[in-house]
Amino acid sequence: MREIDLSEVTEKIKETLIRINHELDDSLVTAFNRAKDKEKDDLSRSILDDIIQNQDIARKGSAPLCQDTGMVVVFAEIGSDLFYEGNLDEAINKGVSEAYTDGYLRKSVVNDPFDRINTKDNTPAIIHHKIVDGSQLKLNLASKGAGSENMSKVVMLKPSDGIEGVKQLVLDTIFDAGGKPCPPLIVGVGIGGNLEKSALIAKEAVLRDLDDESDNETIRAMERDLYEAINRLGVGPMGVGGETTCLAVKINTFPMHIASLPVAINIQCHSSRHEVIVL
Amino acid sequence: MTHHLTPPISIEEAKKLQTGDKVLITGTIYTARDAAHARLMNEKEIPFDIEGSVIYYVGPTPARNGEVIGAAGPTSSYRMDELAVPLMEKGLRMMIGKGDRSETFREKMIENHAVYLIATGGAGALLASKIKKRTLIKYEELGPEAIYKLEVENFPCFVAYDVHGNNIFKRSHS
Repeated sequence: MREIDLSEVTEKIKETLIRINHELDDSLVTAFNRAKDKEKDDLSRSILDDIIQNQDIARKGSAPLCQDTGMVVVFAEIGSDLFYEGNLDEAINKGVSEAYTDGYLRKSVVNDPFDRINTKDNTPAIIHHKIVDGSQLKLNLASKGAGSENMSKVVMLKPSDGIEGVKQLVLDTIFDAGGKPCPPLIVGVGIGGNLEKSALIAKEAVLRDLDDESDNETIRAMERDLYEAINRLGVGPMGVGGETTCLAVKINTFPMHIASLPVAINIQCHSSRHEVIVL
Repeated sequence: MTHHLTPPISIEEAKKLQTGDKVLITGTIYTARDAAHARLMNEKEIPFDIEGSVIYYVGPTPARNGEVIGAAGPTSSYRMDELAVPLMEKGLRMMIGKGDRSETFREKMIENHAVYLIATGGAGALLASKIKKRTLIKYEELGPEAIYKLEVENFPCFVAYDVHGNNIFKRSHS
């Protein structure tokens, strides 16, 4: 049995959320630069250049990367040999509240679908829990913006639709979304499970490292094929046309019912703000 | 081609803009997004001079001490399509946002000699650095959705829909 103090969780969540809203991961910045070198069109290059300059300015701390500092999503993996006193969700939400208030981030959460009254501290976070072996606490967290989330979807395909059916659905979704979700995108696809499981694994897919590839040969080939096919759609940076519509495609799968082929597509904008905390 | 524009924008100036052109705005623009548009529908008078004006669809983060504004990039414009029509009829000349809009809206824009510009989505820190002054106009209670008057310098945009019917989002899709 190992014990942790939940105030550590609050402090770490706060510090991480403020930082990821100002500093993008180096692998992403490298991908922007590579994309800019590949673009032939002046307008598309100019937009990628704005994105590169923007992350330089945000890193200096005067303003966050994007005004949509998102709603916080946390995947919590709790070791069964870990002990803490108090309520983990409360500790996480306290960290969110302090980050968004003290860190000058935008409070973008409303209380109710129709009353729509701002909760004023960006809580609650959306928290998913999993009990795992060991004595660690792993928190995979993201500030997820609504522009790209609004273009995401779940579709229940037929098993006979197969690989080609899934690919076509992904391509149609990205094409129809156009410039709205702020391309170049990271595309997370969840295949299998049921309605909610497909959406959850699609979200986990979006949070994988940029250079991570699936261990499964078929899925890895699908990730590569879709990456190429999406970039042939010509949507381009912010939808103005060009070679770069996505920076990566990540697919996660799960067993499913004999009658089902659920597919969730979770779209992430170019400002992908996430990090894994291990305590 | 790059145009340097200072609002108010005349119909003549609007006609010179072509889809894909770069526009650098210096002068006054106004912020308004979802909630402010909904409220403006019920106002007898628009609380700023609408003739030739420019509206920026933005909901910034709070300003740090000593800063004019927080991150201030564009939000998706399609949500404002229906609510922006009466404003164009009153003289609104330009809108700045991101992403495509409905065909019906695009036709209404042409009728009203209005131009739709896009700024780079997600470039909130870069765009904030072009905003030099911010004054509250109305609806302070809406927080980031309040209407502000912004003084901008070389605020970078691209012409998305011009008055001649061209569409930046169809450049390479055909």
